[in-house]
Amino acid sequence: MKAFTYERAKDPLAAARAVAGRPGAKFIAGGTNLLDLMKIEVEVPTHLVDVQDLPFDKIEQTPQGGVRIGALVTNTDLAADPRIRRDYAVLSRAIVAGASGQLRNKASTAGNLLQRTRCPYFYDTNMACNKRKPGSGCAAIGGFSRQLGVIGVSKSCIATFPGDMPVALRLLDALVETVDPQGKTRAIPIADFHRLWGDHPEMETVLAPGELITAVTLPAPIGGKHYYEKVRDRASYAFALVSVAAVIQPDGSGRVAFGGVAPKPWRVEAAEALLPQGAAAVTAKAFAGATPSKDNAFKLPLATRALASVIAQSKA
Amino acid sequence: MPIMLKVNGQSRPLSLDTRTTLLDALREHLHLTGTKKGCDHGQCGACTVLVNGRRINSCLSLAIMHDGDEITTIEGLGTPDKLHPMQAAFVKHDGYQCGYCTPGQICSAVAVLEEIARGVPSHVQEDLTAAPRATNLEMRERMSGNICRCGAYSNIAEAMAEVAGVAG
Repeated sequence: MKAFTYERAKDPLAAARAVAGRPGAKFIAGGTNLLDLMKIEVEVPTHLVDVQDLPFDKIEQTPQGGVRIGALVTNTDLAADPRIRRDYAVLSRAIVAGASGQLRNKASTAGNLLQRTRCPYFYDTNMACNKRKPGSGCAAIGGFSRQLGVIGVSKSCIATFPGDMPVALRLLDALVETVDPQGKTRAIPIADFHRLWGDHPEMETVLAPGELITAVTLPAPIGGKHYYEKVRDRASYAFALVSVAAVIQPDGSGRVAFGGVAPKPWRVEAAEALLPQGAAAVTAKAFAGATPSKDNAFKLPLATRALASVIAQSKA
Repeated sequence: MPIMLKVNGQSRPLSLDTRTTLLDALREHLHLTGTKKGCDHGQCGACTVLVNGRRINSCLSLAIMHDGDEITTIEGLGTPDKLHPMQAAFVKHDGYQCGYCTPGQICSAVAVLEEIARGVPSHVQEDLTAAPRATNLEMRERMSGNICRCGAYSNIAEAMAEVAGVAG
């Protein structure tokens, strides 16, 4: 691990300024992903701003009938919150489908949104990777791509966003609230938060330097039956090959988002409108224009089958 | 950097490089070598300790981020003369073979039963709004962050069942 200096921020604005004012500075909350990457020197921050003392550890009702989840609420506490379990079950389900009990105790809501891809070529510093080293190329293209992206990827990068929780947040139309170093706040729709890789896979979100996530808000509950179906290589503690987050209403309509397939949680509203016609109709539209490799072409029929399973459960 | 950790009930002042993980602080600086280093990347669970009552991977946390925190390691759960009930149950049910993952397994197992009692949901729970129960399936899912290369899993689950007061 490369040497770095450290400070523990006392308030949000000071934290944002501390990061914006120093090249190579980064926020750290739970640190489970950042430290992992620092150990292999994929991440080499020169200064860490520890945000654990900031007042973002609560889950509160909003005047609009939704909930506001503080950026530092742990995955465990969010999944266990009685309101989330009752009204936003897809979110609880997505969280407990990810990582391990130990990691969920440390991982934060904001950190989960910012986790880096698990593409093996991103992790191996001997390999070309445009995300790790812009302009160096992509060894994953033509390499082992079983885990990698099938849609929304580019000629520069075929990595996926690895998380589960944000797939449910995308389904629920969450807003990501931030404060910047000038004290200006904004609420970013989750659909716009993660970028597609394009020619700049090193740019993963729309956050500006020093912009700090303070909370994630959910609109009022939408009812329906909630599902998070995750298909992976072992029964627990593995990243998704394909995951399906869905809320199905009694009339068969609903919402669908997919994980493990793209640079961001993959939801196509025009595709989910076809839910009453069945899984194949939805995935044909949601994955139109997909560019799978030979290794990961199985993800397309797998997504259809995972969604078919969810639809069948909703009718049971 | 100077920090103070409360480890197994004792205040332990330390002066550490910022890069020191909580795991290395425990093992290399406080010489509490019960907690083990396996993968050092949060994938195996050998380094599991309790911080303010919650289980975490001590390898994926900086020691300087734990100034003032209460840390419980395997040495703090029980002693050879006075075993923690989970330690006694692991002995009784042969919940290990080589023993390397065992301190992490036991810290994790103690926390799992506390999480079930507190109502923390899991991936295998059918009704999210109901209180979880300490079934074999639940314990296997909740222990998935602790790998045992010797494959003592079934005996670990039986030890946990005994402590939880349910039939294995």
